[in-house]
Amino acid sequence: MEAVRFDNVKFSYRDDGSGFAVNGVSLSIEEGQFVAILGRNGSGKSTLAKLINALIVPTSGTVSVFGMDTADDKKTFEIRKSAGMVFQNPDNQTVASIVEDDVAFGPENIGVPREEIGKRIDFALDAVGMQEFRHSTPAKLSGGQKQRIAIAGVLALMPKIMILDESTAMLDPKGRREVMAVIKKLNREQGITVILITHFMDEALQADRAIVMHRGEVVMDGAPEEIFSRSDELEMYNLTLPRAAYICKKLQAAGMPVANAFTAEELAEAICASLQKG
Amino acid sequence: MLNDVIFGQYYPQKSFVHRMDPRAKIVLMIAYIVAIFLANNFYGLAAVVLFLIVAVLFSRVPFGSVLRSVKMILFLIVFTAILNLFFYSTENVHLIWQWGILSLSWESVINMIFLALRLFLLVMGTSILTLTTAPVELTDGIESLLKPLKYIKFPVHELALIMSIALRFIPTLMDETNRIIAAQKARGADFETGGLFKRAKAMIPVLIPLLVSAFRRAEELGDAMDARCYSGAKGRTKYKKLTFTWRDLAATFVVAALITGVVLLNIYLGGKFDILYYFL
Amino acid sequence: MRIVAKGLTYTYNPKSPFPSQALKGVDLTIEEGEFFGIIGHTGSGKSTFVQHLNALIKVTGGELRIGGIGDAGYDLADKKCNFLELRSKVGMVFQYPEYQLFAETVEKDVAFGLKNFRRDIKDEKEIAAHVKEALETVGLNYAAVKDCSPFELSGGQKRRVAIAGVIVTKPEILILDEPAAGLDPLGKQELMELLHSIHGGWCKTIVIVSHDMDEIAENCTRAAVFSEGKVVMEGKPAEIFRRGEELLSLGLDVPTTARCAMLLKERGIRIDTDFTCDDFAEKVLALYAEGKAGKEGGDAQ
Repeated sequence: MEAVRFDNVKFSYRDDGSGFAVNGVSLSIEEGQFVAILGRNGSGKSTLAKLINALIVPTSGTVSVFGMDTADDKKTFEIRKSAGMVFQNPDNQTVASIVEDDVAFGPENIGVPREEIGKRIDFALDAVGMQEFRHSTPAKLSGGQKQRIAIAGVLALMPKIMILDESTAMLDPKGRREVMAVIKKLNREQGITVILITHFMDEALQADRAIVMHRGEVVMDGAPEEIFSRSDELEMYNLTLPRAAYICKKLQAAGMPVANAFTAEELAEAICASLQKG
Repeated sequence: MLNDVIFGQYYPQKSFVHRMDPRAKIVLMIAYIVAIFLANNFYGLAAVVLFLIVAVLFSRVPFGSVLRSVKMILFLIVFTAILNLFFYSTENVHLIWQWGILSLSWESVINMIFLALRLFLLVMGTSILTLTTAPVELTDGIESLLKPLKYIKFPVHELALIMSIALRFIPTLMDETNRIIAAQKARGADFETGGLFKRAKAMIPVLIPLLVSAFRRAEELGDAMDARCYSGAKGRTKYKKLTFTWRDLAATFVVAALITGVVLLNIYLGGKFDILYYFL
Repeated sequence: MRIVAKGLTYTYNPKSPFPSQALKGVDLTIEEGEFFGIIGHTGSGKSTFVQHLNALIKVTGGELRIGGIGDAGYDLADKKCNFLELRSKVGMVFQYPEYQLFAETVEKDVAFGLKNFRRDIKDEKEIAAHVKEALETVGLNYAAVKDCSPFELSGGQKRRVAIAGVIVTKPEILILDEPAAGLDPLGKQELMELLHSIHGGWCKTIVIVSHDMDEIAENCTRAAVFSEGKVVMEGKPAEIFRRGEELLSLGLDVPTTARCAMLLKERGIRIDTDFTCDDFAEKVLALYAEGKAGKEGGDAQ
């Protein structure tokens, strides 16, 4: 089933409609996909994310989530329930001083009965592995833990789509690993469609599909491996290759027959194979 | 320093007082304050002190933590006490010293002690409430108590939410303030020397970034709340239900006994100066 | 100026019921001219250590000296030390420095530090000249941005202005806490290039705190690994990353090259690299050429 659909969407933050942050985007995301969105700062990635859960509505064109038009006011809450969003700063997303109260915030908003809220908190905290911190205060947690709480807060609304707007950008490597592990698990085990906006090329490699944004337009769209093998194009959009891919390309350019590699593991494999064969 | 600011910040514990209904705690707190001000002599205050000690024991919060909250406003207590010491005047006083409008009498000394004791008990008592009640519970309690005001269109839910968000962001903004101060110090800012005006001016490079950051955070939080389907009080449910239990009933009886006791002591044992006239 | 720390200790909230010892005897020397990397995860004491370097945290235990002995140096444990002068020579760029911008124009913001440190400069033109130089160093067009409000700029530009506000006094030692955090890959690369461009001139020593091991491998001359308030490893990046297993056991990452080298080692292929991408590729190619030559030689026999 189609989860998200963009039809020639334009969006401008200015009242006079000039300077489109998103400029004529058409795309379709299938339910259950794990999509990474890449692009420089200011390329329109975050605007794209906000368009999906109706935080903003297109200046022209339409965005639909499971067939619901985001411009339709009556559908706003249905859309936000099915497309949850996690933001960048781990400190600016929690409303309550106790973890479980914060996770309860979303279900409370949509009027879920009390007993059911308790079950949802259990489910959400288990899913992100934070059950033991249920009665803690978010201020005392690490960045990665805070983001997992933010994810749990969204999960408690039982969304089918989870949008992460640079949610790993402010974390240390450990926090990033924690959050990525949770996202991947949700995608695999719960079948949640994941839309991950990121600067980290290695995170994009974990997705099924990568979309590159440049000046408000979608300029590349395909499997991450395919995107990263078009290195000249990437350079044009001011993106860098993952380091392993960069090394691999260098080896190939010097005439060493190595298979395409994007991660350290793949690179080791490729070098090993090439050396033994050569 | 961070924890001192939110005076008497929550002290996690599983005690009798912690488990009480926050609404009961708030109402009983008000009753306790009434008892303090009803007390007309030292016997009454002694009864209040006794109640306070029992309350602290039942809350299982160390006395030190309760006392720390008094430290915060010690200056205020001393200041009002001194004012009272020199400006108290009634008829028929036993003067010790007088100079112009300033006077010192045995009555004013007693009055000062009485006042300082009242303030002290007031702060100790309120800090037991904040020490044993998580901010969320406190706001829930206030929201629930103010519910009748909804009928006159008073935004009870919004008020409670604002309070809980403010409490939630205090530590975050305190951290941020410390970070900005350090950063500006590294750029040679001087917050320690100079007169009041110079020091106030030196705070500008701290206050502006703090304000800008607060707005940025507010905007992001707004988006995050929208994304989680927030739309005001309408159609909202509550996860935590407040329930009145035997604990609250027991505590209500104890406080009622306290007030009765204070009133009886007032009637039978005379005013606060009686102690003085016994000696003089 | 070299930085010498001996047995440096520090405890937060020492008199409270919950004291936490952040530094447990740090011995570390950073020579003049280094591009030094400090590695360690959150809570390892690295931030506490760097904040000592420009006296934002006063020395309470152990020794810390910056520069030589006598007039040329600063004994930070000495309460009579001229801390203002020290801070003008040891610049500190905090994490997300753009959040400290406050003045109504970029020019005024950058001039803030200069006016604080160099009270002797009264001439507005001279101040403007320093500000211009600092803004140009960070790659901004002075004429175009000087009258802008710093809050109107893009994220990347804001960060550059904030860095200009620190380097405007031309500190001999520049310390940066996670300078590239939150930037996109190209922004990170540009920032590192900027640091290299000032390193070696008036800025003799650069110290960066970073989580990004690739960044450390590519840029630093030497590095130290902090863990639980102590320095547990110190040396050239090549020496540190050769001990990849130890880093992993400390819960830290290793650079892509080191991970790859570790995997190759398991398969009996040894690559003696300094762990920069370019060197790693070269060494692999050399190995490949060697193997090919060996094979051709074998075939010829």
